[in-house]
Amino acid sequence: MQSKADRNQAAASSSSTGAGELELGGRTWGSRLIVGTGGFRSLAAMERALVASGTEIVTVALRRVDPLARGSALEVIDRLGLFTLPNTAGCYTARDAVRTAHLAREAFETDWIKLEVIGDDRTLFPDAVELIDAALELVDAGFTVLPYTNDDPILARRLEDAGCAAVMPLGSPIGSGMGIRNPYNVQIIVERASVPVVLDAGIGTPSDAALAMELGCDGVLLSSSVARAKDPERMAGAMRQAVEAGYAARRAGRIPRKLHAQASTPDAGLPELG
Amino acid sequence: MIVELNGRSVELPAGATVADAVIETGAAGEGRGVAVAVEGEVVRRAEWEETKLQPGQNMEVVRAVQGG
Repeated sequence: MQSKADRNQAAASSSSTGAGELELGGRTWGSRLIVGTGGFRSLAAMERALVASGTEIVTVALRRVDPLARGSALEVIDRLGLFTLPNTAGCYTARDAVRTAHLAREAFETDWIKLEVIGDDRTLFPDAVELIDAALELVDAGFTVLPYTNDDPILARRLEDAGCAAVMPLGSPIGSGMGIRNPYNVQIIVERASVPVVLDAGIGTPSDAALAMELGCDGVLLSSSVARAKDPERMAGAMRQAVEAGYAARRAGRIPRKLHAQASTPDAGLPELG
Repeated sequence: MIVELNGRSVELPAGATVADAVIETGAAGEGRGVAVAVEGEVVRRAEWEETKLQPGQNMEVVRAVQGG
């Protein structure tokens, strides 16, 4: 199978500006930014931010019906013509995550699921054992599984082997805004993966999103960094630009890091003035 | 009969269906984005009308909410 590094090389040789198209789950998307709908102060703020982000895929969760709830995120999403990616947020076991995925399939008439199986409520780190179990079961049931995972190259490979349509390593804890704490692991995951890699969780500011793309990720999934920004709409636009810039930079090929200076102005022809 | 509906004990007439219970939650008018599980198993929308609830059963009615 052609490795992601080979494909990136191929893409680089026919490089262009802009963010290109994302191949994910057997479909082609015009945006490499996936936006979560949680944490916005209002549905109106969410709508403006989603538009500014240019995203085509947004995540939603499932919770018990609340008769007092006003407005519906789904109405906004449908009005904007965006693809609904349900998640299994809040699930601690493979059993709960699988059941939630089946509910989501019924609610949204989609086989796509952002699989989250968390280990504790302080870190919200994935529970690797439960995650693999759930991924295997959901792939077997015909789901397009997009797992939120640790920045662990071995676990990422296991998820790919399980048949997941992508791997989505965290940069740092969900909602922490701490950026990408282990870029080397993300780089290794990218090198080895033959499915799309989407950096999911931890993005705080656009430079984090640009770094994810420069490391070779195929996309970025973020939520809090936009939803909880002072001006979500403006931040969403900045994230869009960052993803596009990072993608273009990856394909443009950055210069290697060197310890010492290398003059960009030639010495030849320097006049004798002394 | 009493059923557990979204974590609350709710009195429903004997022979009540899943569709009746969904009405009880206020989610009946909603289209896409609502799903039901009885005893942890999904009941498809097309089966709501004919699926009768049994006393003491646990039923969850969920809908889309904002989430990351």
